[in-house]
Amino acid sequence: MGSIALENVTKSFGNHTVIPPINLSIDDGSFVVFVGPSGCGKSTLLRLIAGLEDTTSGVIRIDGEDMTDTIPAKRQLSMVFQSYALYPHMSVYNNIAFPLKMANVDKSIIDQKVRAAAQTLNLTDYLDRRPRQLSGGQRQRVAIGRAIVRQPKAFLFDEPLSNLDAALRVNMRLEISELHQQLKTTMIYVTHDQVEAMTMADKIVVLNAGKIEQYGTPMELYRSPANRFVAGFIGSPKMNFIDGAEAAKFGAHSIGIRPEHMAISTGQGNWQGRVQVAEHLGSDTFIHVSVDGLGLITVRTEGEEPVKPGDMVWLTPDPAHIYRFDKAGVALTTH
Amino acid sequence: MARAVSTQKKWAWTIFAWIVALLIFFPILWTILTAFKTEGEAIAFPPHIIPNWTLENFVEVQDRSDYLKHFFNSVVISVGSTLLCLLVAVPAAWSMAFSPTKRTRDILMWMLSTKMMPAVGVLVPIYLIFKSLNLLDNLFGLTLILALIDLPIVVWMLYTYFKEIPVDILEACRMDGAVLWKEIVYVLLPMAVPGIASTMLLNIILAWNEAFWTLNLTAAQAAPLTAFIASFSAPEGLFWAKLSAASTLAIAPILLLGWFSQRQLVRGLTFGAVK
Repeated sequence: MGSIALENVTKSFGNHTVIPPINLSIDDGSFVVFVGPSGCGKSTLLRLIAGLEDTTSGVIRIDGEDMTDTIPAKRQLSMVFQSYALYPHMSVYNNIAFPLKMANVDKSIIDQKVRAAAQTLNLTDYLDRRPRQLSGGQRQRVAIGRAIVRQPKAFLFDEPLSNLDAALRVNMRLEISELHQQLKTTMIYVTHDQVEAMTMADKIVVLNAGKIEQYGTPMELYRSPANRFVAGFIGSPKMNFIDGAEAAKFGAHSIGIRPEHMAISTGQGNWQGRVQVAEHLGSDTFIHVSVDGLGLITVRTEGEEPVKPGDMVWLTPDPAHIYRFDKAGVALTTH
Repeated sequence: MARAVSTQKKWAWTIFAWIVALLIFFPILWTILTAFKTEGEAIAFPPHIIPNWTLENFVEVQDRSDYLKHFFNSVVISVGSTLLCLLVAVPAAWSMAFSPTKRTRDILMWMLSTKMMPAVGVLVPIYLIFKSLNLLDNLFGLTLILALIDLPIVVWMLYTYFKEIPVDILEACRMDGAVLWKEIVYVLLPMAVPGIASTMLLNIILAWNEAFWTLNLTAAQAAPLTAFIASFSAPEGLFWAKLSAASTLAIAPILLLGWFSQRQLVRGLTFGAVK
């Protein structure tokens, strides 16, 4: 019911190309996350799918139907905005009912659907309130309620959790994932937060300068990044990159080792360095070690690691998890 | 000490503001007082501040010209031109605020620049056009010309208000299935009500007080209150008390409207200036 395909879609503003030709196919019912740094074009891509921006060339198909020149109102997509974009002059009830009113749905059915959506999202007690009387999390729920009430072909989320505090963000993340499992409707979710991407997505599209760097499941991206950009973007803390002679030993221009694939010891290892900062999280310890000739290397260990700044330690990469990249940053087969 | 200085300053400013306000209001106050004087009192020197409170000027003014007819004409022209203006200005300001092009800014500046041209510069062509279209001394003609004259101001004001409305909300509305007219009717206009209301008020006041075109393009049938006042600076000489009575009658409705809507007006005029 809600497959989306982009065929050679481009977008330029004047002479400036924001999206070079892009091809992407999103399966019906899947949860796809567009992730990338600020300004990489992920929101623009979402807005192209929504119809809020016109494509410069190419074709956008929704359910196999060419929707490139269809106005947003007729694409049957729902969108949740970063700013919530609630109608300030309407009550919560009317905000949620609005898409149904626009579709000329019968009043009794509207009432039934609004109340059902409100119940799903724990908004029943707030239906008479105005958006300004709600907290950030409640506002975001209303925005989601407005999106789910009319059963669209797909949901588009444009960084919906960016304005929420950290604890609420984790809760809402879970709620959106649950909602997807419940509704089984296609969802496209834009974020710059790779943790959100990894935890929520069936598939992730990593974007950089408008280009798709890689499209795959979270674990594919984690295990087999196509290039140095994806390797650096996916995973937290970030992958360590080593260039020059050390990389040449592995037959590569540069190598990458994830912090969790690096062992630390006080006795012996491949590289010796001095601990600069140790971040103790309880469940993990992130240790930042300065190694002569290699720079700052981050190591992640499970549990508590009794190191402190100034300690001399030895680092050893896990040979099974060394990623090799050529001069252009393209991944060579895993070493 | 600091508190004493700031209290003194506050007093000084308050007195200064009162003096300025009284200076601005004095001509209106004097007109109203003179309206209740006899003709002799009105020209007496030294002037009599407190009048005899006679109503004879009002009676004579009403006898000589039909106040209600002029009042009705003023209402039709000012309200009509305002509505006509909004009909054009709302879509224009909408498109400039939400789908601007490279030239939008220039168009806005050009529109404003037309207000800087002296009206008399186009009096002859407009007069001839009105004559050939049979619009002289015609309510519709006056409504039309006042709408055109105030259009730049109204577009500018609405443009400023619309710019304050987050684009996200309009986009959300489009995503929710609203076509253009529904977007304007259900979301844009209700959100812009304070701005539109103050624009309407200001435009009604501007149109009510407009004297150049109303005097030049009317004779008897469509003459509004501005022509009514002008008719009292008559060939027989100046009759200050009667002229004041006519002026008081002419400005009273708009003064009351302004008085009761001053909060709305001030909010409207400072909208966007202070966040």
